[in-house]
Amino acid sequence: MRFFSFFKRKTSSQIAKDRLKILLISDRVNCSPEMMELIKNDIAQVISKYMKIDAASMEVQIAKTGNSVRNGKKMPVLYANIPILDLRS
Amino acid sequence: MSEVIVVTSGKGGVGKTTTSANVGTGLAEMGKSVVLIDADIGLRNLDVVMGLENRIVYNLVDVIEGNCRLKQALIKDKRHAGLYLMPAAQTRDKNCITPGQMVKLTDSLREQFDYIILDCPAGIEQGFQNAIAGADHALVVTTPEVSAIRDADRIIGLLEANEIKKVDLVLNRLRQDLIRRGEMMTVDDVLDILGIPLLGVVPDDENVVIATNQGEPLVGKNSDAGQAFYNICKRLEGKEVPFRDFGKSVTIWTRFSGLFKKNLQEERA
Repeated sequence: MRFFSFFKRKTSSQIAKDRLKILLISDRVNCSPEMMELIKNDIAQVISKYMKIDAASMEVQIAKTGNSVRNGKKMPVLYANIPILDLRS
Repeated sequence: MSEVIVVTSGKGGVGKTTTSANVGTGLAEMGKSVVLIDADIGLRNLDVVMGLENRIVYNLVDVIEGNCRLKQALIKDKRHAGLYLMPAAQTRDKNCITPGQMVKLTDSLREQFDYIILDCPAGIEQGFQNAIAGADHALVVTTPEVSAIRDADRIIGLLEANEIKKVDLVLNRLRQDLIRRGEMMTVDDVLDILGIPLLGVVPDDENVVIATNQGEPLVGKNSDAGQAFYNICKRLEGKEVPFRDFGKSVTIWTRFSGLFKKNLQEERA
């Protein structure tokens, strides 16, 4: 396993790129990763009032480009992927 | 049709002044009439990079405050016909002029010049707002580093908010050796992150230091950076010039798998 990870080691340019991608999204909408975590928890709470969801594996993120356009520019969107466990209960 | 171009970056030290000097000089060499305006009031440097520091009498603030006529503050470059510099004031600060006054100034220069190039100060405060106020076109200069790219992204957002429609990227100080080793972001990586059109890629070149020491822009000279700046000028003039290939990262893994693929292809052939 270690041998394998040696070959798959991230280059520093890849690390820089990954860091920037996350950093810029929060810069662009003025939203820190901690705030994203709070939003995620709040959404989970609201949805679980109505249905059973898998809160542990849900994802909430800000995507760079959505379909909504304002002033000729694509607006960032808040994207939530919430797995539903059971609808019938 | 004259064009007002602002050279900006957010972060300091990425090459705004060098880019302004070389692009201005290159366009003048192509026979255009060009005025370079140093908008960095209080920390002027375009005059020394151009080698014109000994000829300053009046400056931008003098023109705006009416202490002299517009022509008196324009320094003619003796080496290039049609190239002028309007220096910044060194003993004043950025808050002594307003964006409205800058628009008036750049508009009055439009009659006389094909290109009006503004060297913007670092930062996003008053000095930046002044410099971009009258601009039609912005060149965002950045280097392939996390800090410079983050600032460039912020600047791009502010330019869009100020309704500057034409925003292009100048990627400065690339090192092919680091890119190959995967220790520097590639041109495509930066374009992918910033999402604006590429105008030029300038390699890290010691000749830039030498040229700055001598106070003579190196555009068009026989050096990597000189050629890169000349290509930027050609693209500004609407010519299609292919971009130099700076390669992509060649890690142990890609080299290994590349070798494997190559062997497979040879076997098939």
